[in-house]
Amino acid sequence: MNLNLKVWRQKNNKSQGHFETFKVKDISSEMSFLEMFDVLNEQLVSEGKEPIAFDHDCREGICGMCSMHINGRAHGPWNETTTCQLHMREYKDGDTIVVEPWRAEAFPVIKDLVVDRTSFDRIIAAGGYVSVNTGNAVDANALPIEKQRADESFAAASCIGCGACVAACPNASAMLFVSAKVSHLALLPQGEPERKVRAVNMVRQMDTEGFGSCTNIGACEAECPKGISLENIARLNREYIGAVFSGSAQG
Amino acid sequence: MALNSKIPAGPLDQKWEKYKSTCKLVNPANKRQIEIIVVGTGLAGASAAASLGEMGYKVKAFCFQDSPRRAHSIAAQGGINAAKNYQNDGDSTYRLFYDTIKGGDYRAREGNVHRLAEVSANIIDQCVAQGVPFAREYGGLLSNRSFGGTQVQRTFYAAGQTGQQLLIGAYQGLERQVALGTVTQYSRHEMLEVVTIDGKARGIIARNLVTGELERHFGHAVLLCTGGYGNVFYLSTNAMGSNVTAAWKAHKKGAFFGNPCFTQIHPTCIPVSGDHQSKLTLMSESLRNDGRIWVPKKQGDNRKPTEIPEEERDYYLERRYPAFGNLVPRDVASRAAKERCDAGYGVGSSKMAVYLDFASAIERYGKVEANKQGKHDASKAEIIKMGKEVVKEKYGNLFDMYAKITGENPYEVPMRIYPAVHYTMGGLWVDYELMTTVPNLYALGEANFSDHGANRLGASALMQGLADGYFVIPYTLGNSMADEIRTKAIPTDHPAFVAAEKEVADRINRLMSIKGTESVESFHKRLGKIMWDKCGMGRNAEGLRQAITEIQQLRKEFWSNVRIPGEITGYNPELDKAGRVADFLELGELMCIDALDRNESCGGHFREESQTEDGEALRDDEKYMYVAAWEYKGESQFELHKEELKYEVVHPSARSYK
Repeated sequence: MNLNLKVWRQKNNKSQGHFETFKVKDISSEMSFLEMFDVLNEQLVSEGKEPIAFDHDCREGICGMCSMHINGRAHGPWNETTTCQLHMREYKDGDTIVVEPWRAEAFPVIKDLVVDRTSFDRIIAAGGYVSVNTGNAVDANALPIEKQRADESFAAASCIGCGACVAACPNASAMLFVSAKVSHLALLPQGEPERKVRAVNMVRQMDTEGFGSCTNIGACEAECPKGISLENIARLNREYIGAVFSGSAQG
Repeated sequence: MALNSKIPAGPLDQKWEKYKSTCKLVNPANKRQIEIIVVGTGLAGASAAASLGEMGYKVKAFCFQDSPRRAHSIAAQGGINAAKNYQNDGDSTYRLFYDTIKGGDYRAREGNVHRLAEVSANIIDQCVAQGVPFAREYGGLLSNRSFGGTQVQRTFYAAGQTGQQLLIGAYQGLERQVALGTVTQYSRHEMLEVVTIDGKARGIIARNLVTGELERHFGHAVLLCTGGYGNVFYLSTNAMGSNVTAAWKAHKKGAFFGNPCFTQIHPTCIPVSGDHQSKLTLMSESLRNDGRIWVPKKQGDNRKPTEIPEEERDYYLERRYPAFGNLVPRDVASRAAKERCDAGYGVGSSKMAVYLDFASAIERYGKVEANKQGKHDASKAEIIKMGKEVVKEKYGNLFDMYAKITGENPYEVPMRIYPAVHYTMGGLWVDYELMTTVPNLYALGEANFSDHGANRLGASALMQGLADGYFVIPYTLGNSMADEIRTKAIPTDHPAFVAAEKEVADRINRLMSIKGTESVESFHKRLGKIMWDKCGMGRNAEGLRQAITEIQQLRKEFWSNVRIPGEITGYNPELDKAGRVADFLELGELMCIDALDRNESCGGHFREESQTEDGEALRDDEKYMYVAAWEYKGESQFELHKEELKYEVVHPSARSYK
């Protein structure tokens, strides 16, 4: 199939960006979306032009690096799918596809479709862990954990930190990301001792980074490639309020 | 130079204990003065950086990705082995040690592997304490499953995302140290040179991939935790960015490269669908717990799999290897699949695939579930429905991944799979302390050669990465850093840093000035094809000799005709990739040289000249029971050093899974 692409080009974070239009030919329906971009980039290189910069690494939907906003949707049209797992059988000959980077103040553009997501690292550094040094652990089976609780924790922990939730949110809020981490650890006995300071400190860091507030729109859940549930945000709110009112969370 | 593996004396099961109680220590005040560079933030790098930070060292952690959490360990699916014997099925430290030595086809060191088995249980404890959500049973205790090459259930897992959960655990530990100030994080930075002063590693030259600037970083020691080099084949299950550059720079600075030809071809990957393919996707080995592998008994059978009756199917692994069945080690399963396809029994449009079928597992689980729910008169349809639910819980994410890529529903039709490059057992040669032949330069995880011999067993890569990072390097690093407490930080205007930076800058300038006509990607594909055809699943002397000549020719072409658009300053992924492919073009040649030298078959290294009557790998212990450690002597010149392998406890025999 032949396709028209409108892609965001931006030299660096100091320059203004703009859309550029490209045509790609003979795209097979078996290609992944990023393989279609590989074809385009090979074409640009052969014309002596600079290829489009985009983030990608594992190409199997788990590293969280790929991050394209496709026809107005984070990671494109398929539910619970990262950009790298989207395949071209979704499109038909003659389609026009618009591709933009994640848009958020806390994710400044580095180049073209590549954005800086180090704000997520700093949120984790603010409290997204259990403070246990190597060598401190007791036997792994010393503490049984109810299966359902462990499964819920795992579901929250399956967040890949891609930032689609932020890109999808009209407020560019990072609540789904933060709540997934808070839930993952709050649901486990190992996370219990620090749950209050964790919630307070991670939320504070999220605000410092310039992410917006949550107004319960739900776009984050709809676009999350790992199906992280909004229930996590409800849990984060409970954790946060509980921590603040108990007065014990001086992080 | 004689290789000294520094294996401690004494009985095998006491070596590590003895080492730990006699190695030198560094007191807390001195640790704060000692700077450690960690390159790579996968399981080995993140666990090492976090642990060393906790201990009080001043650590700098580098990764080329945008965050340490992206490292390719994240993609590991199936699980992590540990000799916990929670299943009461006869497991022990010795058995894990023995299975690993045997699985590696007797080409790994006993001392290292025993240590790995010893610390395996601590890893699980550590990860659970960090909040890694491993799968659990209804009683609340940890669940296990089986992996290839073993007869016990010792694999811990978190659905099909075990690597992700373990890496996030290590990453969170790392970020905690970043917040505390003991670790400084450098993301989107690529190491391009090791700096040596008076023969010791004393730092690195790194390139900031966003600005294109070169940076000098001092360290009393440098730890390379930079993963494997499977991408030399272009198509592999590795992430697009995985590369050999850091290890190769170290090699050219004097670190020997161990067993470079030992490559793992994983049996269960989604087959290649066309020339556009950029990477291959693994379907976890855990699927072989429940999936049955088969091809039609008739050659060129074009019927749909569901139309082929049971008696016309050849479950060739169960037929050839009744003792281990579908759970034979990876090298054995891969060769068996290739053999069937080459003989004309392959399936799918390319005929280069075999089926991985879950129908009988779905029915089996459905019956168990029906019994659990007291539905003793459940209809077949109900049983299948319940069985699918169970399979979904175990492997749901893998099934979804398969469906997205192929557009087929694996709950209804069998998966089509074929072997693909997955892991490299070879890597930088290290001694028992994980130090390379360059003093103060260490290699951890997949980047070193040490524990898996000629074939790695499933669920052992995660174990080794975390063993090296959490439980080995914290001891062994101290043993040499104790002698460095009087070494002050060396200013980076030292001539060695200046010279190293100039070397890197000159190479980048040279690459950019070629201004040829062929893309980096195209060269990489051509190299991959040579490697796969001639140094892949089957290798022979003639093919390897041809490959060496072809790679030399391709390298010349690359350096005279590669086209790299863009500029040196600013973000330029084409330039990053060009540097990596240039290194692969040198490594590929060494892999072929090593494969040519080793005129025996062992594990994943299959020399067609050396096989048994029924096509199994035939070792030659008389001639080749050694680690091949190659020293770089200049372009296309490598000197072989042999580290003889001595088996004191296990007696090498012909590996049999029948």
